[in-house]
Amino acid sequence: MEKNKLTPWLYLLPAIVFLGAFMVYPLIDVFIYSFEEGYNSASQTYFGVGGYNYSYVLHDPYFLQALKNTFILVIITVPVSTALALVISAGLASVKPLRDLYQTVYFLPYVTNTLAVGLVFMILFKKTPYSDGLINLLINMFGGQSVDFIDGPYWAKMFVLCFYTVWVVMPFKILILTSALASVDRNYYNAAKVDGTSKMRIFTKITLPMISPMIFYLVITGFIGAFKAYSDAVALFGTDLNAAQMNTIVGYIYDMLYGDSGGYPSYASAAAIILFAVVLTITCINLIISKNKVHH
Amino acid sequence: MKVVLQNLTKIFPPRNKKSGGGVVAVNNFNFEFPDGKLIGLLGPSGCGKSTALNLISGLLKPTEGNIFFGEKDVTNLPAENRGVGLVFQNYALYPHLTVKQNITFPLENFKGKDRLTREQMDKKAYEAAKLVQIENLMDRKPHELSGGQQQRVAIARALVKMPCVLLLDEPLSNLDARLRLQTREELKRIQQETGITTVFVTHDQEEAMSISDMIVVMKDGVINQTGKPQEVYDNPKNLFVAKFLGTPPISVFDGQVTGGKLIVNGDEILDVPGTEDRQVKVGIRPEGFVPCVTGKMKCTLSGIEVMGRDMSVISRNPACENPVIRAIVPADTRIDTSSAEIKFDIKPGKIFLFDHETGERIY
Ligand SMILES: Nc1ncnc2c1ncn2[C@@H]1O[C@H](COP(=O)(O)OP(=O)(O)OP(=O)(O)O)[C@@H](O)[C@H]1O
Ligand SMILES: [Mg+2]
Repeated sequence: MEKNKLTPWLYLLPAIVFLGAFMVYPLIDVFIYSFEEGYNSASQTYFGVGGYNYSYVLHDPYFLQALKNTFILVIITVPVSTALALVISAGLASVKPLRDLYQTVYFLPYVTNTLAVGLVFMILFKKTPYSDGLINLLINMFGGQSVDFIDGPYWAKMFVLCFYTVWVVMPFKILILTSALASVDRNYYNAAKVDGTSKMRIFTKITLPMISPMIFYLVITGFIGAFKAYSDAVALFGTDLNAAQMNTIVGYIYDMLYGDSGGYPSYASAAAIILFAVVLTITCINLIISKNKVHH
Repeated sequence: MKVVLQNLTKIFPPRNKKSGGGVVAVNNFNFEFPDGKLIGLLGPSGCGKSTALNLISGLLKPTEGNIFFGEKDVTNLPAENRGVGLVFQNYALYPHLTVKQNITFPLENFKGKDRLTREQMDKKAYEAAKLVQIENLMDRKPHELSGGQQQRVAIARALVKMPCVLLLDEPLSNLDARLRLQTREELKRIQQETGITTVFVTHDQEEAMSISDMIVVMKDGVINQTGKPQEVYDNPKNLFVAKFLGTPPISVFDGQVTGGKLIVNGDEILDVPGTEDRQVKVGIRPEGFVPCVTGKMKCTLSGIEVMGRDMSVISRNPACENPVIRAIVPADTRIDTSSAEIKFDIKPGKIFLFDHETGERIY
């Protein structure tokens, strides 16, 4: 009996050791750092313990800007990319012969390097002395004024960042949703058809509830992914994100650690814990909503 | 409403164009399903029963031929507008909806002047549920129901809109033997109460025989015989139909007609006047064997099994195709089990002769 209880733990031991050393310990450490005031990484000393780091971070205009950017990014890209992916995969599901081809095409961004994709976006959006960028050419064609998307107004830069994020996460979502759609038993559709159900109603009353666990999964991972956004912004706007007003929370954390203004692990830790709290809250809200809406 | 099938053919295209051919799942059906009757569509697995049903429901488009509901040609009407009720082999209840929501689902599709209020829908759903006796399960989800209950929900969902035709695809195949017996009686009762023309697919001949007003026996996409169950049983058109109907199955022998006499394994067992001399297949129903000391047909006795009021006598004959001959006789029949041989007289109406090659009935 005793032995039986021990065996599973024995099997888990390697995983527990590794996860403990590389995930749990750093997590606790970050938590501790975030309360150590005036920490000096060179001498490894600090003045006292308290909430000053949090207070500093929460009053730092750069952090507030990063927080605002991240929230805008999350609130726009998660719904837009999920809805768009749903529309595209529903479309793909109804044109069988094209499905495989399109799946490959849509999957390209997923396997392409972020920085390379960023370069392509630069070409599309950046205004240089020689060209206004492809998008501006299009805008001009329809009689609009050129906009500088990379160094221009805040909303234009935000638009590019959102566009980029949506574009990058789309293939994964389409892949998940097309397979979710394909796994819905055809008999349900046939039953609904025989009962005279319209296409729209079949989609909202049968297809959506049936794939709701997958949509839910995409929304949760989408939220988490968008909150962690950083490299996308770097790829588009370069490393000095604070100057470009395009910093994200993770970007702020990075700057606090290694940036030009860096060397403040306590502030970085506090910001990281705030991010953690935000993501945790959002995920919990998601879980509560899904309890009522998602069919498992 | 009667349902008429005219030269109905369905060919599934081949998977790759080069191999050609394709599967002829339904081959030139001509049949009229009479109004208000329960019709059993019967045949071995893969013979095209589901395909025939899906053609009637509109889920499949026929390759050729026409379908009429009453006088109306519905061949090109999509399934959405045909107004049939369909019960699927696996029920296809929507797992995320409650029983009640499942049953009201078809009603919510009514538009325009047919549109119902919530109260009307609830009332109809309740009536349909009552008909199949599930009114106390309305708030459950399908996965919280037994197989038999799910099947009844599926029937209620198909019935609630009062379809012009009710189609059931092997609705009882997932049930255990006892529930099956009980549910098939219920099916009969529901059909009689509603008077809806009902087509009921099964590969279980006993099921079809017991509740159908009429059966359609098919094989390889072709209708072999139609009629009242007892008529088809008593008068099979060919060897396939004779073999397919009846439990225990008919015993089939190789035989020879010579000079108006039927000879099986050297025994002259029957006078068949007017039949030309030829090789034949002989089919004898289990109840056609009468043990009798003066009997003309000699077989090797292997045992007897008493089952309530009947007894089955198991014997062998070299000319018989079946592994053993099962004869059903009243349980009080005297049989000398010590003897290795048993002799049978053959009841005239229970023996059929078929062409040796084609299996067509000749006597
Ligand atoms: N979509 C399809 N494409 C190609 N062939 C098909 C298709 N559906 C059915 N068939 C073929 O058509 C024939 C009839 O199939 P059907 O499903 O009607 O049989 P069934 O009588 O209902 O059998 P069962 O009793 O096993 O359900 C079979 O040979 C089957 O392989
Ligand atoms: Mg079938």
